[in-house]
Amino acid sequence: MKYLLIILFSLLSFNSAFSEENFNNFLFKNSKLIINSSSKTVGTFLEKINVYDQNTVSRFLNLWKNKKLFYIKETKKIVLISKFDNKTYYAIDIFSNAKIGKMRKKDFKKIKPNSGVRAKISSALVNFQIFSNDTNKRINSINALEKKILPEHLKLLRKAFLLEEDDRLKIKIKKLLQFAILQHGADDNERINVLNELKTNISLEVRAVLSKLLRTSEIKVTKNIEDLNNLNIAQIIKPEVMSKKQFGEAIKSFFYKEKLKLSVIDAYKIAQKNGFLDKRVSLNELKLILENNIVDNKILGIDIKEFNKNSKRIEVYNKLAKIKNLNIYRDETELLNDLKQLHFYKVYIEKNKYITNKTKQVLDSINFKVKFYKYLDLFIDGLSLSSIYFLGAIGLAITFGVMRVINMAHGEFIMMGAYTGYVVQLYITNHTLSLIIAFPLAFIITFIAGVIMERLVIKHLYKNPLDTLLATFGISIALQQLAKNIFGTQARPLTSPYWLDGSLIINDDLSISYIRIAIFVLGVLFFLILLFVMKKTRFGLETRSVTQNPVMASNMGVNPEKINMLTFGFGSGIAGVAGVAIGLFSKVTSELGSEYIVQSFMTVVVGGVGSIWGTLAGASLIGFLQKFIEWFNPSNTLAAQTYMIIFIILFIQFRPKGLIALKGRAANDN
Amino acid sequence: MITDINKSVKKHSLIFLITIFLFTLLITFLSEPFGINFISTSFVKVLGKTLCLCIAAIAMDVVWGYCGILSLGHFAFFGLGGYMIGMWLMYERTSIIVLNSLDGSQLPFTEIELQEAIGNQIFGVVGGTEIPLIWTFADNLYFQIIFVILIPGLLAFIFGWLAFRSRVTGVYLSILTQAMTLALSLYLFQNDSGLRGNNGLSGLQNIPHLENLSQSTISILFLWLSSIGLIFSFVIFNYIIQSKFGSVITAIRDNETRLRFFGYNVEIYKLFIFVITAIITGLAGAIYYPQAGIINPAEIAPIASIYLAVWVAIGGRGKLYGAILGAASVSLLSSWFTGGNAPNIPLGFFTIEWVNWWTVFLGIGFVAITIFSKGGLIGMLNTLLVKIK
Repeated sequence: MKYLLIILFSLLSFNSAFSEENFNNFLFKNSKLIINSSSKTVGTFLEKINVYDQNTVSRFLNLWKNKKLFYIKETKKIVLISKFDNKTYYAIDIFSNAKIGKMRKKDFKKIKPNSGVRAKISSALVNFQIFSNDTNKRINSINALEKKILPEHLKLLRKAFLLEEDDRLKIKIKKLLQFAILQHGADDNERINVLNELKTNISLEVRAVLSKLLRTSEIKVTKNIEDLNNLNIAQIIKPEVMSKKQFGEAIKSFFYKEKLKLSVIDAYKIAQKNGFLDKRVSLNELKLILENNIVDNKILGIDIKEFNKNSKRIEVYNKLAKIKNLNIYRDETELLNDLKQLHFYKVYIEKNKYITNKTKQVLDSINFKVKFYKYLDLFIDGLSLSSIYFLGAIGLAITFGVMRVINMAHGEFIMMGAYTGYVVQLYITNHTLSLIIAFPLAFIITFIAGVIMERLVIKHLYKNPLDTLLATFGISIALQQLAKNIFGTQARPLTSPYWLDGSLIINDDLSISYIRIAIFVLGVLFFLILLFVMKKTRFGLETRSVTQNPVMASNMGVNPEKINMLTFGFGSGIAGVAGVAIGLFSKVTSELGSEYIVQSFMTVVVGGVGSIWGTLAGASLIGFLQKFIEWFNPSNTLAAQTYMIIFIILFIQFRPKGLIALKGRAANDN
Repeated sequence: MITDINKSVKKHSLIFLITIFLFTLLITFLSEPFGINFISTSFVKVLGKTLCLCIAAIAMDVVWGYCGILSLGHFAFFGLGGYMIGMWLMYERTSIIVLNSLDGSQLPFTEIELQEAIGNQIFGVVGGTEIPLIWTFADNLYFQIIFVILIPGLLAFIFGWLAFRSRVTGVYLSILTQAMTLALSLYLFQNDSGLRGNNGLSGLQNIPHLENLSQSTISILFLWLSSIGLIFSFVIFNYIIQSKFGSVITAIRDNETRLRFFGYNVEIYKLFIFVITAIITGLAGAIYYPQAGIINPAEIAPIASIYLAVWVAIGGRGKLYGAILGAASVSLLSSWFTGGNAPNIPLGFFTIEWVNWWTVFLGIGFVAITIFSKGGLIGMLNTLLVKIK
């Protein structure tokens, strides 16, 4: 048995050695072809190569393509080179990796296939790999094909589709085959069939391939309109006189996007290039010509001081042009008249009109579906922005909404929560566990901070809300600076646990990151907790009674001081917990809180002070509104914020009590 | 009765006028170009800027301390005033530079060429060459000075009319004014706002047509301009406050509803005060920014307006000189402490570095003043004087 194996093994190795030997000989014979390869000659060589062992050949082709091969000048033998020291190099056999001999630098030269040759090699490589027995190789080759499909791959793909047995790969190959047929297929009926099959597919790839089919030429021009009859016209373009783009009109450009148009000047250039019109004299050229004709500070007897107007320059130039037989200056409206006899158009690169029409139809129906997902995406964006605003404002819903305390340090409680999360992560490296600890810890810390603040400062100022505003602002700047002193000015990382990385991918147009889902869930959770505490617990009842009428509440045996303290602490604690959540998606810096403070107050005011439902409504309104405005011009979020705030200012004028206004006795105080 | 008030107005104004005049005179004699070169040009500038901040502070005091409207957006008017004058400064200077640079060409240039070159110089940084519509009058100093008054006044009028009409009061109004200044600064941050986005307007310290004067001379000129501005606004506000109109305004602060029942049109009074303070603040900004040299949207972020209120509260609201005291002391001390000039305090186990700790102490001190001394520093001084007597 042992012997048998040895024999078998040696046979096998001999066999492969034999094939390598053969291939080596083949290479040696054709070495000139390889060294001086051009995209024209390389084709025949690559066809001949098919008969040799697949692995060997593909290894060789890879080396060739990646410019790893060298040849010895004397013998024209193709080798690999490895550096020994500064002067000597080793020549190494391509297949056996054996050192053949020492060389000096002048003895060998690199083989540099040009890009055309390399493209041919890569497509030949596909040929070897797509039918390989190794599934991984097949996957690799198909992935390589995805990047660029060449006409010669069509045949390969057809064959591969028939031979492939792996189901998942077969689907991939089918997709590539469809794309190949669309782009390079000769049979128009087949292409239309493929188009019909792709109707329901809304992936980005399909859209890319379809829009490739609709590629157009550059703008062309003709004098004879009948020329257009036989062409697959994409668009007929009329040149126009364009007013210069007015700058500084941010509002106008925000809501109104101009289509690409053809200016008279550009159109004239195209016409001139195609020999339909004479060269135009531009104002700059006119000026140069005039300057060249200055005699004694005069042009045609006119003092140069008078040339500070274009009209004068043109007038004199035209006189000069008649004398010197130059082209007369023409302004844009005159140029437009000249251009009227010409027709500017674009054609599709695809010649068959039926195909382009069908493609347009399919693309339209796909885009219609895509639009639906876009709107859905917008909605989800709005939802997650709303939940962020809600998280920012939720603590205020208690301290400002219920207690009517203007707490400018609210943002700093959010910041404290976020820093708590960061510090906990320093000690507990498991991000899930650290988050579970950080939430209650942040609540406790900010609760205590809130209680201290209430006892020391706010207690004295309940009667004067404006003073509270200023005192808490003092606390806010002190806390902010304190955080800066402790943690430095650079952003600190608060990393979310691994299961919150990545996103839920529904299709190419719609994916929701898990962190956004988590923020939304947290927002809903906080809302429910808050609602429960305020409406269903003894504490909530006492809080509401104290804020409505402290005297009567104390008559009923409620201690207003204690309740005020606890309520403020509770609101601050909630802000701290929200801070941990906010820290997960934004940078934790000492300025984290101040970014949220104005928006948070607006959220509560817009929603309606005194109602937790109001805060929810306010956050939703602001979040969706901002995303909606952004949708008009996605690149300009600053403008969206500006218009959103202006809208809110106007909104408050008409509903000073907010969306959900309290009625009855609760609304009594101002 | 009326003569009494007039007397008191005159007395107060006169004392103030003389104090400020003497102060400015003193600084001039200590300065480099007109005196013994005891204080540097940059310190003269700091003093001039502080005087401008004092103007804004007394405007804030009138609107908040006397009328009870806590506006957290008054710095927006300050910034707008600066932008309006900055447009002329920048345009005029650029056009002079462009005219000089085009001197070499043979033909005299046309209006369009000039505009293009200036546009390129000013708006190159935000990727534009066209001069926006809002710069139409930027070549005319008188128009821009009118805008310094008109634009902040107009914004204040529209905003105030909307807000007071729908009876937004108290903290709601404060939050709304804060939203206004936030919206304005966000708008100006855009590159296509026509005011150079976050680059702002720069080089404002170089006054066109005054190239022959050195910066030190210009700084003294602006110091005088600032103190004249302060005297002027003090006189105006003092007159308003001491008149019958002033009593109505104070009454609005104390009980708006009762005054409304008396038949006063409260909204008109509030609107007038809001607009006049906005205009004065805008003028202050117009004097401030040529001394600062640069203005950008960050200047009118909400926090700047809150600081304005803080100064007034620290100095003592309801007293014009209180506002001046607060603004001057806090802004000068802040620049001294955060400038790294103040000596650090070693505590053995810990060294208090003022650069890091000044804001903390400022915040805490501010809280203390709000709680314990409603009258601010002036109130404290008064009680101290009473005790001594």
